[in-house]
Amino acid sequence: MKKTLFDKVWDSHVVKSIKDGPDVLFIDRHMIHEVTSPVAFLGLKKRGLPVLYPERTFATADHNTPTINQHLPVSDPLSRNQLKALEENAKNHGISYWGLGHKKNGIVHVVGPEYGITQPGATIVCGDSHTSTHGAFGAIAFGIGTSEVEMVLSTQCIMQPKPKKMLITIDGSLNEGVTPKDVALFIISKLTTSGATGYFVEYAGEVFRDLSMEGRMTVCNLSIEMGARGGMVAPDQKTYEYIKEREFTPKGKEWDKAMIYWKTLYTDEGSIFDKELTFDGSEIDPMITFGTNPGMGMSITKAIPSAKDIEGGASTYAKSLAYMGFSEGESMIGKSIDYVFIGSCTNGRIEDFRAFASVIKGYKRASNVTAWLVPGSHKVLQAIKDEGLLEILENAEFKLREPGCSACLAMNEDKIPAGKYAVSTSNRNFEGRQGPGARTLLASPLVAAAAAITGKITDPRTLI
Amino acid sequence: MAYDSFKKLKSTVVPLPIENVDTDQIIPARFLKATERKGFGDNLFRDWRYNQDNTLKLDFVLNNPIYSGKILVGEHNFGSGSSREHAAWAVYDYGFRCVVSSFFADIFKNNCLNVGVLPVQVSSDFLKIIFQSVDQDPKTDLTVDLPSQKIMINSTGESEIFNINSYKKENMLNGYDDIDYLNNIKAEISNFASNTPL
Ligand code: SF4
Repeated sequence: MKKTLFDKVWDSHVVKSIKDGPDVLFIDRHMIHEVTSPVAFLGLKKRGLPVLYPERTFATADHNTPTINQHLPVSDPLSRNQLKALEENAKNHGISYWGLGHKKNGIVHVVGPEYGITQPGATIVCGDSHTSTHGAFGAIAFGIGTSEVEMVLSTQCIMQPKPKKMLITIDGSLNEGVTPKDVALFIISKLTTSGATGYFVEYAGEVFRDLSMEGRMTVCNLSIEMGARGGMVAPDQKTYEYIKEREFTPKGKEWDKAMIYWKTLYTDEGSIFDKELTFDGSEIDPMITFGTNPGMGMSITKAIPSAKDIEGGASTYAKSLAYMGFSEGESMIGKSIDYVFIGSCTNGRIEDFRAFASVIKGYKRASNVTAWLVPGSHKVLQAIKDEGLLEILENAEFKLREPGCSACLAMNEDKIPAGKYAVSTSNRNFEGRQGPGARTLLASPLVAAAAAITGKITDPRTLI
Repeated sequence: MAYDSFKKLKSTVVPLPIENVDTDQIIPARFLKATERKGFGDNLFRDWRYNQDNTLKLDFVLNNPIYSGKILVGEHNFGSGSSREHAAWAVYDYGFRCVVSSFFADIFKNNCLNVGVLPVQVSSDFLKIIFQSVDQDPKTDLTVDLPSQKIMINSTGESEIFNINSYKKENMLNGYDDIDYLNNIKAEISNFASNTPL
């Protein structure tokens, strides 16, 4: 029987299948953070249950952490309390904990791959929908709710029906100025935010083969924004080179043993998917969103579509444009912006800072722009310094903040004020996502950089 | 037993005919700082319900006294975005026991089932009929019958059968959750764990 990459990993993790019900799926790696785990630990306590395999769970603080003065006590008492709860829960149950200030601290989906927790062929879950990021390594990785966090802590399993399978193939090559973020926003704009609901996606074709691991992570990260549970790319030489010698990857004989498994992780020729889509890499432009969900994206040079050209209800569309303060048919280029946010588990890795720096080098930050540059982890922060990017940023009047989720979800103080426009490299442009009333324009680090130095929406290709 | 069992619910509804309602709207991130499951209902649809100065937005349906009930009727792609189970908690804590839509986002639907809110997916046509009925008479009530998997508009008798897998149905009917189930098969799990490659 021919199997897809997804089938191979899923099927080998099924402890038990329930008739007309879900599969009991074994979870290899579990990542937790302060926001979606405390109630799960409380549940364990109420039921008197231990953590079954504490060595399979990893805790980091990220969602709720300040991005300046991290050495000082967290000022918001609620956030402080939540961080403390994570620390205590991790300690009480023997779970490794990379809290605020720890040198391995960072956004959960950035540090997982950095330390080799993320491995091909693994099942990985976290109480965060962007867990799909780890699929870049050929893992099945997806977000779960807090009840499921409790399940994984107490039994290392969750119960889910096997999703349907979708194959997205993009061949050809990408044009200059087009980044992995644009590829993802392009796909989502074609599929809509619900187009892949119920599916698990495999990305294949030259474009994904050619992407770096960071680029694959960006694309897999955004799988959830088209409704998919997750997305994955078959592991290859690039994958193995990336993970080799990282702290939690197998070493020596164990590595050789793992390699035997990893080499089986590809989709057999002739396998059947429930849905297949094909695009050409050369049709993708730098993208930007104009509405209040990630499916409302378009080529940066185009005009905002009118309601009659899109799927879905006209009233919802009108509500969305009204929130953004935009009208149908307007061009996005030249619109004035107020904030730029570089960061998040989507575009907060070193490659993203390199891309940003490549555009702003030699320019100055526009005076009307407030820029928040937030590395995804301490490791990224260190690399920015080591590679000399910090100097480039500072010369252009940009300041670097400390790692965390920051304005991606605006749980800490990093909130975009009501009515202001933010060009953001994060993943969600929902109403209020970056602060009550904030207006988010999702884009790549290159588009964000072009906006940061010109103060308005600018095609980065005119600057590079 | 993690929540009250669900068998048959007869109730008026709160209509929310907006597509792609994401979980950031259902409960914004700044209200996720609790370490206990308490008080989330107060912040359900916070930014649609309240102005920034905490006064009520009178045009929002939850602030309209004409509409009430234990059934929330949403539009296509309800519950997209963030995996926060807090969204399902907020729906439950506010007093809803059932959400009706023509299409649910995956994680939200799963979370609902795990906390005792029944997600009922109906056809777009039937959803339209529900909205029209409620539009004509805000006191329209529905019966959601889990054992027979049927949803009915009581005044007209129009109804539709909905899907739910028999395992989840059993759980909802009895108020069981997956944690109970998994803890009962721990021996099988540890046996499996000792043979995993990673
Ligand atoms: S950066 Fe944003 S999307 Fe990523 S884990 Fe943090 S809050 Fe979630």
